[in-house]
Amino acid sequence: MSSKYEDVIIGLEVHIQMTTLKTKLFCSCNADYRSAGANLFTCPICLGLPGSLPVVNKTAIEFATRLALALNCKINKSMYFFRKNYFYPDLPKGFQISQYNKAGGKAFADGGIITIKLKDKKKDLQLNRIHLEEDPARLVHKGSIATSPYTLVDYNRSGITLIEIVSEPIMRSPEEAREYLKQLKSIVQYTGISDPNLEGSCRVDANISIKGHPRSEVKNINSFKEVERALKWEISRQKNLIKRGHELIQETRHWDGRVTISLRTKEFEKDYRYFPEQDLVPIEIDQEFIDKVRKDLPEMPNERSTRFQDEYQLSEFDADNLVLDKNIADFYEEGIKSEPSFGIDDYKLYCNWLMNDISGWLNDNNKEIKETFLKPSQLIDLIKAINEGKITGKIAKTFVDKIMKGAPVSEIIKKSGKERISDEKALENIAREVIEENPKIVDDCRKKPSAKEALIGKVMAETKGQADPEITRKIMLKLLQELGIE
Amino acid sequence: MNVLDYMGYELIEKIKGTEIKIEEIVQFYYDRIEETDKIIHSFVHFSKEKALEKAKYLDESFKKGNSIGKLYGLPIAIKDCICVKNSPTTCSSKILEGYYPPYNATVTERLVDKEGAICIGRTNMDEFAMGSSTENSCYGPTYNPWDLKRVPGGSSGGSGACVASGQSIFALGSDTGGSIRCPASYCGIVGLKTTYGRISRYGLVSYANSLEQIGPMTRCVQDCALLLEIMAGKDPLDSTTVDKDVDQYTKELDKPIDKKVLGIPKEFFGEGVESSVKASVKKAIDELKSLGAKTVDVSFPHLEYTIPTYYLIAMSEASSNLERFDGLRHGKMVENLKGDVFEVFSRTRGEKFGPEVRRRIILGTYALSAGYFDMFYIKALKVRTLIKNDFQRAFEKCDAIVCPTMPTTAFKIGELVDDPLQMYMMDVLTCPVNLAGLPALSIPCGFDGKGLPIGFQIIGDYFEENIILNIGYLLEEKLGIFRGLAPITKRGN
Repeated sequence: MSSKYEDVIIGLEVHIQMTTLKTKLFCSCNADYRSAGANLFTCPICLGLPGSLPVVNKTAIEFATRLALALNCKINKSMYFFRKNYFYPDLPKGFQISQYNKAGGKAFADGGIITIKLKDKKKDLQLNRIHLEEDPARLVHKGSIATSPYTLVDYNRSGITLIEIVSEPIMRSPEEAREYLKQLKSIVQYTGISDPNLEGSCRVDANISIKGHPRSEVKNINSFKEVERALKWEISRQKNLIKRGHELIQETRHWDGRVTISLRTKEFEKDYRYFPEQDLVPIEIDQEFIDKVRKDLPEMPNERSTRFQDEYQLSEFDADNLVLDKNIADFYEEGIKSEPSFGIDDYKLYCNWLMNDISGWLNDNNKEIKETFLKPSQLIDLIKAINEGKITGKIAKTFVDKIMKGAPVSEIIKKSGKERISDEKALENIAREVIEENPKIVDDCRKKPSAKEALIGKVMAETKGQADPEITRKIMLKLLQELGIE
Repeated sequence: MNVLDYMGYELIEKIKGTEIKIEEIVQFYYDRIEETDKIIHSFVHFSKEKALEKAKYLDESFKKGNSIGKLYGLPIAIKDCICVKNSPTTCSSKILEGYYPPYNATVTERLVDKEGAICIGRTNMDEFAMGSSTENSCYGPTYNPWDLKRVPGGSSGGSGACVASGQSIFALGSDTGGSIRCPASYCGIVGLKTTYGRISRYGLVSYANSLEQIGPMTRCVQDCALLLEIMAGKDPLDSTTVDKDVDQYTKELDKPIDKKVLGIPKEFFGEGVESSVKASVKKAIDELKSLGAKTVDVSFPHLEYTIPTYYLIAMSEASSNLERFDGLRHGKMVENLKGDVFEVFSRTRGEKFGPEVRRRIILGTYALSAGYFDMFYIKALKVRTLIKNDFQRAFEKCDAIVCPTMPTTAFKIGELVDDPLQMYMMDVLTCPVNLAGLPALSIPCGFDGKGLPIGFQIIGDYFEENIILNIGYLLEEKLGIFRGLAPITKRGN
């Protein structure tokens, strides 16, 4: 831990949409709200029309149970929903149906742990609770909120199921927070309750304080990537104020993508008037149900990493990174299982390709592996082409952009004319030319043997990297030997 | 034949026997409304064309030998807070002006769409069911047909007055703290509030959702039982409905009650209850004894806390239930949209809600606020449990509890408007039943010296609607006053 952050305390509240649920939390409207025109996926219930009543989606309870088990939380066997009252155009009933762990209420589940690894050190981060609630509608502006001449409301999102994961105030740096979110995202993805890569499916509120000072809550950080930036900004704001001798105040702030802005201070905190939602009967969860969900729980990332280390002889570091994104890990397994000739070296190679060049490309292009045309078999072909000496690894790297767009490896090799030159006659001719054109370097070789590398490099450059490096070296050394250079 | 001479179940037999057509009955009631509603003002919206069209269609369909549902096109008046698809549903509030729900309440679905009743119109009520007199309506008050200077009770006053004056054979009300039984008592008709969870609330615009139930208001117990059989039962759209078999209420009405024990709660005959009411109710109890029923004293030590408990819970729930009325999605917004969204919401709510609704929202908001929540709401829930326990203890000794429905007969219009506390006290005998979630029936048992009807309340144990209907039916037979209609007059006193 860097000393810069030693007195920092961070707690996160993460809201995740259950995007794989087919219907909303309290009605049977289609939950795939991103796919429909504004306000098409609505009904009297999610529009909060007078007289309508909510009914709990049973699958949402099952999904929440899955996540609770995956995070090792203690599930409450009997609980009820609460109303969180406030006025806003995105809230059609004037209250949000949520869960509450005070006033006799209970969260869906308490406790839980997320294990992170930072600089090779493992750390268990304690969760406070997880609970279910409904998403409000989506407000749409023309341009920015500040300058938009109007606000439109799209109730398609109203009533979408959210699960909120509340950590203890236990993170000590923005980097820990980043790793926490990385692991949480991975676990959520493995439980199958959400696709955390969908835009707007994860939203974070962060509580940040410097030891001994009041905290601030930064609201509505709309992606995991933003969290680290927002935290760093807010920490330096607080530290600067303290350094200049100012008192901090407890307040709620808003992250606008650049800076945090004060929304309201403690004395103006909203009073949500939480009280039980009596239109819904209490939820009872019995041990039999929990046991069944546990039995059907898919393999979790930590289990998969262990298995990858066993089955594919990957290092712990490689395996941990590889399993993080389930789609990448699935891709990996599909690829290597499809090629019986592959052995341990290839497993490692395939992993390296995925984690370095492919992931790099995905990052640069802001895409998920599923959104590309890349197939596991293409990466097999690429690795085989290298193994068989058809292309060099260096050349292969230049193919990445093309294979991501779906081009077959054999075709790229043909079209680019970048098959490896291993024809000894041809390489000898090039080598002779290089020797003739560079008498100075040849002279250097007599004094220091390392100068030979420069000549080999010239051959590689001349062939745009297509020359087989081993053969080139052999030929160059032979020709120099003929000139009396050992 | 005079349609007014017949109860609903009898009219059904007449239609089956082709003595009268549905269209004739519906037309008859509309004529009657035309003639009388100028002075009673039971109704706030009509759908006459649609109703007559449906009557014709049902007549045709019946002629062809098709099944047309158990209710044979009989008219039903529906309180203005129960959703009827594509028909105005405004809770007698300006804030819902012009609102046409795009869906039916479950009870509307069952009675009208499935069993062929015809919605003849929507009845007046206290705004959002908040009141005991139907004076808090944006459409103006309804007048009691027994004495037009008096209130019909509330909040389902329009439904009470229309059945009592022969404007409709059936009506629906909703009962949060007595809103069916109070107008039933004041108008001299039968009204039933069921066990919480017996009838779906889906499509009933919520006032206090943990207390209220929709229920039938009719001229006799048999009609009440007939409607209940159709309305009761589990509804997948209301998770608070209970999955329990629905009894055949109409078949159990004339069972002997000589094995039944009636609990007499002395606290329900206290100081605030008018002596004429006490006398009439006691006389009715004697009639039941003459049918073989035994009586036993039961006690309600917590009755004095009922009113504060009821109003704290009801207002707290109301403050939240009514938050959805901001004018944005349904009803009307203020015309001047100056200011930010909160300003527009505030002005809309300030201008469109009536004073009683605003009072209850403000009190409820206060009671739920941080720092007061434990002192008010949580404490009220605890007392609610004590009141429930009082009933539970009583039902260990008896099969039903009998008492007055209201402490008085109908009061004069304007008499209590400026004294909300006194008005709230009118609910003292009805709202304990809502706090406990029990069923209770009100039937007329006589008249006071002014000729105003007196209500007799029969409270049953959970899901024992069959028992209270049985007792009510036999008492009704014994008293023999139920066929009379209100005279629609102004009285001197």
